[in-house]
Amino acid sequence: MTMRLFETTRRAVIAAAVGAAIWGFAAPAGAQTAERPFITVASTTSTEQSGLFKHLLPQFTGKTGIEVRVVAVGTGQALKIGERGDADLVFVHARSAEEDFVAKGFGVGRSDVMYNDFVLVGPKSDPAGVKGSRDAVKALQAIARKKAPFVSRGDDSGTHQAELDLWQRAALHPKADGNWYRETGSGMGPALNTAAAMDAYILADRGTWLSFKNRGDLTLLVEGDDRLFNQYGIILVNPARHAHVKEKEARTFINWVISPEGQAAIAAYRIEGEQLFFPNARRKGA
Amino acid sequence: MHARATILPLSLDRVTYARGGETLIDGISVTIGSSSRTVVLGPNGAGKSLLLRLCHGLVAPTDGAVRWAGADAFGRRDTAGRQAMVFQRPVLLRRSALANITYALALQGRLERGERDARAREALASVGLAHVAERPARVLSGGEQQRLAIARAAALEPDVLFLDEPTASLDPGASRAIEDAIRAIDAAGTKIIMTTHDLGQARRLAEEVLFLCRGRLMEHTPAGEFFEHPRTPQAAAFLRGDLVA
Amino acid sequence: MQGLDEALAAAWRLIVTGDTALVEIVALSLKVSLTAVFCAAVVGLPLGAVLALVRFPGRGPVIVVIDALMGLPPVVAGLFVYLLLSRAGPLGPYGLLFTPTAMVIAQTLLVIPIIAALTRQVVTDLWAEYCEQLTSLGAGRLRAVPTLLWDARSSLVTAILAGLGRAMAEVGAILVVGGNIDGVTRTMTTAIALETSKGDLPLALGLGIVLLVIVLAINAAAHMLGATARRAAG
Repeated sequence: MTMRLFETTRRAVIAAAVGAAIWGFAAPAGAQTAERPFITVASTTSTEQSGLFKHLLPQFTGKTGIEVRVVAVGTGQALKIGERGDADLVFVHARSAEEDFVAKGFGVGRSDVMYNDFVLVGPKSDPAGVKGSRDAVKALQAIARKKAPFVSRGDDSGTHQAELDLWQRAALHPKADGNWYRETGSGMGPALNTAAAMDAYILADRGTWLSFKNRGDLTLLVEGDDRLFNQYGIILVNPARHAHVKEKEARTFINWVISPEGQAAIAAYRIEGEQLFFPNARRKGA
Repeated sequence: MHARATILPLSLDRVTYARGGETLIDGISVTIGSSSRTVVLGPNGAGKSLLLRLCHGLVAPTDGAVRWAGADAFGRRDTAGRQAMVFQRPVLLRRSALANITYALALQGRLERGERDARAREALASVGLAHVAERPARVLSGGEQQRLAIARAAALEPDVLFLDEPTASLDPGASRAIEDAIRAIDAAGTKIIMTTHDLGQARRLAEEVLFLCRGRLMEHTPAGEFFEHPRTPQAAAFLRGDLVA
Repeated sequence: MQGLDEALAAAWRLIVTGDTALVEIVALSLKVSLTAVFCAAVVGLPLGAVLALVRFPGRGPVIVVIDALMGLPPVVAGLFVYLLLSRAGPLGPYGLLFTPTAMVIAQTLLVIPIIAALTRQVVTDLWAEYCEQLTSLGAGRLRAVPTLLWDARSSLVTAILAGLGRAMAEVGAILVVGGNIDGVTRTMTTAIALETSKGDLPLALGLGIVLLVIVLAINAAAHMLGATARRAAG
């Protein structure tokens, strides 16, 4: 009797293990041989986390049957993924790095897609008194004078590069200026979480800021400066370098994104009535 | 039955075992034939268990040699396969009583898969354990576990069976069952070499006695003679129940 | 703490509504981690047993390395597999990066040292008990491997559960090699990381609670099976 129970248990365990294994093996294999074609896009956390892709991609897939798989990382890493050929196209926001990417032959045919802007966010108490200013550079100088806490992405992302550019225009080297300037080495969201916890100033892209939920005491302080302009571009990974790049499908996506239809879809994306991204493709086509 | 080919007799040639500067077995030379039940006696620490392990090949002597006369005829590997040992504390595998025996038979490799089950059931029946064949070995009582260990050894039909204090931790009833099993195995043609600290058991089972004291072989005599007229003062003292150092 | 209330409420909502996205994520997490643990057990159990029983040159260093690899940061394992599977890497032509298979490979590498190291310990102890008996029966050390693994099964379940715990909990490796692609390689832990970075802490914690419940259920089931087997096998 006990023996039978033992045997039953033993068989159950073995059956469960084998079943799990078959289920497990079959599933990843199934995912690879997906019925419909797909492309892999290396993009930035700002586009993914703002919810733009969730709004945009179903429309594209519904029309063309091409699935779009987004790997959302910092702009620096996204370009690296493209360089190694691990994506079919990159969709990022760091103009000079993008042009460098094309110049080195890693990608072909960069197109402008849209822009949004960066905003300077900080605590409601605003110790540096920058609220309402339209001059981002002066605002940074005021923050540095007060040595008010400032959180930097510090991750070589597009936003980080834009922030460094502003400090340079302000002729300041905050990194060498004491511990009020903190580099978190993380994505936009985690950096905002840190800033909320520290009541610190931070430069954020508007899309992530609008969709960010854990704001704590943070509020929008500075916007509207031309120098806060944030251009997004899309680049096909060079098929001559990486033969496996799905050039046809990738070009279909690029052409749709910069087409009137795609551009209208981008413009239509809003959070709480506020438009996040402003299409500005010059409709050249990839 | 005793006529079948066997690896016996067993000869020990100045077998010595030393560890950490201490000589535990000291130059033992003896020849053990196939005809009688041999019981190794001696005070605690005399080296009885170690001697059995040296004979069985579980421990290699640091000096001297253990030789089986039939080794050449059977080959070295097969010589090991024609011996079995039952330990003081039975080591049973975490599977059924029956499976413990078929496992040993499979390792020995003498029987085909189909024949093992029948042989194992026979062995279980011979020690009165037929009714627990399917039960997990580890839930059996102490006495049943030791009988199972003996059945497992007997199923191998070895030429020689070593038993190291097989009843050391058992009550009298269980001990008697073990002694009956040992006699039956002997009757079936297997040479018995065992140790015990129970003089009554030694008198009941021994046909010849090896008496050890401090790693030395003091006597190798027929049992009757040993118990009536021990030749050495140490053996006499041991039989009187004196503490022998 | 108002955050915890919200998290519990979020977890409750996720469970009762049977959110299809959540079901997919849970299913993928289980598939990836169970497959990885299965593969790791196939390699790690015999490896641990062989390390316990067989003496060979270099055995000491191998044991030290495996014990140390138990503490391998998942993200390092992830990077290693990333470089291996990347189109520019040696296994690039197979196109496995950013697929569940890549995640299985990374987690398998993470779990093997845990299962192997714990198995080695368990089998070493069991061998001390079985050594003379098995040698007497004629089982060499290699032949003893399957016997000891089977007899140590109830302890080894714990080793495998420890491996499963590591696989289910880690995010560093699968984030790097899977890419956290919505609907393709998004698992419980990468989803939690994503919601955290979006600042949706209640949803992140809610997902965390769901994960905890699943891991608890698996452990409870394994322990119940183990207890039944132990009671039966003695």
